[in-house]
Amino acid sequence: MFENLSDKLQAVFDRLNKRGILNEQDVDVALREVRLALLEADVNFKVVKEFLARVKLRAIGAEVHKSLTPGQAVVKIVHEELLTTLGEPGKLDLGGPAPHVIMLVGLQGSGKTTTAAKLALRLRNSGMRPILVAADTYRPAAILQLEQLGKQLNIPVHAEGNKIPPPQICQNAVSHAVQGAYDVVILDTAGRLQIDETMMAEVEKIKAVTKPQEVLLVADAMTGQEAVNIADAFNKRLGLTGLILTKVDGDARGGAAISMRAVTGVPIKFMGEGEKPDAFEPFYPDRLAGRILGMGDMLSLIEKAQVNYDEAEAAKTAEKLMSAKFDLDDFLGQIRQIKKMGPLNEVMAMIPGLNKLSKELTPDMTDKQLKRVEAIISSMTMHERHNPDVLNASRKRRVAKGSGTSVQEINQIVVQFRQTQKMMKQMSTNPRMRGLGGMFGKR
Amino acid sequence: MPSLRETLARTRNSILGRIQTVLGQADISDETWDDLESLLLQSDIGAPTTEKLLTNLRKRAASEGIVKASALRGVLRSELVALLGPKATPVHDAKLLLEVIMVVGVNGSGKTTSIAKLCHLYLKHGRKIVLAAADTFRAAAIDQLQIWGERSGVPVIAGAPNSDPGAVVYDAVQASFNRKADLLIVDTAGRLHTKHNLMQELKKLRNVLSRSVHDAPHQTLLVIDAANGQNAINQAKGFAEAVGVTGVILTKLDGTPKGGVTFAIVNELGIPIRYIGTGEKMTDLQEFDPEAFVANLFDEKE
Ligand SMILES: Nc1nc2c(ncn2[C@@H]2O[C@H](COP(=O)(O)OP(=O)(O)OP(=O)(O)O)[C@@H](O)[C@H]2O)c(=O)[nH]1
Ligand SMILES: [Mg+2]
Repeated sequence: MFENLSDKLQAVFDRLNKRGILNEQDVDVALREVRLALLEADVNFKVVKEFLARVKLRAIGAEVHKSLTPGQAVVKIVHEELLTTLGEPGKLDLGGPAPHVIMLVGLQGSGKTTTAAKLALRLRNSGMRPILVAADTYRPAAILQLEQLGKQLNIPVHAEGNKIPPPQICQNAVSHAVQGAYDVVILDTAGRLQIDETMMAEVEKIKAVTKPQEVLLVADAMTGQEAVNIADAFNKRLGLTGLILTKVDGDARGGAAISMRAVTGVPIKFMGEGEKPDAFEPFYPDRLAGRILGMGDMLSLIEKAQVNYDEAEAAKTAEKLMSAKFDLDDFLGQIRQIKKMGPLNEVMAMIPGLNKLSKELTPDMTDKQLKRVEAIISSMTMHERHNPDVLNASRKRRVAKGSGTSVQEINQIVVQFRQTQKMMKQMSTNPRMRGLGGMFGKR
Repeated sequence: MPSLRETLARTRNSILGRIQTVLGQADISDETWDDLESLLLQSDIGAPTTEKLLTNLRKRAASEGIVKASALRGVLRSELVALLGPKATPVHDAKLLLEVIMVVGVNGSGKTTSIAKLCHLYLKHGRKIVLAAADTFRAAAIDQLQIWGERSGVPVIAGAPNSDPGAVVYDAVQASFNRKADLLIVDTAGRLHTKHNLMQELKKLRNVLSRSVHDAPHQTLLVIDAANGQNAINQAKGFAEAVGVTGVILTKLDGTPKGGVTFAIVNELGIPIRYIGTGEKMTDLQEFDPEAFVANLFDEKE
């Protein structure tokens, strides 16, 4: 799998060894890498083509800013263009008289039922009165699934079993919502293939009788090239008002989102980030763009960090990180902070440059390892933590004894620490990362 | 049972099906290779495998003296079939008292439905089956499996929602022995291969099985949605590393011909495709046949 696109482009430009203004030849070479990255991320082939044409137009002749390398300059343009393509995060349109009907549609297994519950919870938390409608009369226990979710969240579910046609159920649900003074009616329709004529006609009918204000396509972030056809077919048939990308919590690059957005022009409104009902977020274009480019989910990490980081501590660490005054004591502090953020390799997977390393470390290893590292550094004196160089053989033996580890392990830690230090230094000279220091500390 | 081709007859927009039009009648040129590349990439075959295929095609075109672009179609077909290797024919050890199949995969890939289909298939072979409802997490997952169990007359061993799936699996093994069943199929909760804790849980399930039945699970089938793109490779890697995967069930092939990522999974990871799912009914499962799969990608109709 490719690593950081920025690194790759840098390698390309190092070979070319040109600086200053980007010429057509350089840009072509660079865009070949970008193309691969986008395809690897499952962005549709045709969408990639159009996209690259736009980037090329902008890149040729662009002046490379002093603080950027040519590779970074191209990445910057690609990133900006991606953001433009992904568009502004979409908001739900719940204007006008209640009840507002939201219809969820999509392929089988894309996550409609879970998303219906998440959406209902979100709306309820914002002070509305939602009602869920079980309109999947086909999949065994689909109705029950929605009923159970409703019960869990204490949100009413309108269900009429699986003998009544879904358009009828949905129509009844809307009348029921009017009587019961519900504000929002969320229709959980059955999964269907976009080429299934009968099923597409059914969902069209549901739309006709319920007049939804929002028709949202729920799509799996892991979807491949087919995404364009799926989105196009649902859009042509139903006139989509938005997209919801699900299962974003995995390692799918989510290029399908670009494809779907490009082919329908409708905004992406939410992202599903886990199985729990509260794992539901508004769409952040910047995060997705970073991910599609394989730049790591920096912003997500930063946000996670912000939630869990002790602010003063973080500001201090960030500054040290960037000034390379980072010592073993800070390393220990980092480890403790990171432990709060979740399993280490999940955290590492989000950091550019580290995600490769994260794959080499098994989760068992990392968490056990963390504890040992913690024990080792804790057994060192402050002087040793600040100046790891003073750790001679006898000091190491003492630390080993104190932490119940071996001298060999201590050597390893010191080497690892040096590597981290080096990496941090690199990061601090990378303009993309420079903002990080401030971000850890801000708020 | 309808053949795969019949099932898919209504889909006419196969990507590789356009190959003849795209290649045309001209001689091979740079454009030919670009066009071929674009077709392959649009089939989810992925950049690395596409590159590999094109290299082979170029070599063969040179050595076999192929001049007409249209002649590449047949060569590509044979290369694709070659990538998939021979049809995997699993051997069922009849001496085995209880065969155990564990079904795993990401959320919504089609595990539970595929199990219903496997039941249908294996019942036809005269097997005596027990199902274990080890997805105790997702709402109504147990009920879903139970409904399928009722439809095919196969007992389902289940615990309470949110109970320990390990305990369910253990009970199911005991029940299988008690009922003298010869096949236990375990339905597991959907999980993303990147979730450490959930993969650990799956390992535990596997251990419960291997401790209670000799050499179990005898098959670990990974269910992959054919509409998935390159992430399917990560899924295969992740599950294979955690619990070992003996074969893949590729589902939802009743849409447009898709599943190009299969080539990388078979070729790079060496995991064979065992079955394909072509619909939502119990009867919609077929053994994977490389030739037919490739033919389907080309959407060939005589
Ligand atoms: N069209 C089509 N739909 C399928 C196929 N296999 C499964 N499905 C549908 O996909 C949806 C999800 O299937 P499930 O069997 O519930 O998937 P699962 O992997 O068990 O899902 P979780 O347990 O929630 O992770 C259901 O609506 C199935 O009917 C197939 O081959 N073709
Ligand atoms: Mg299931």
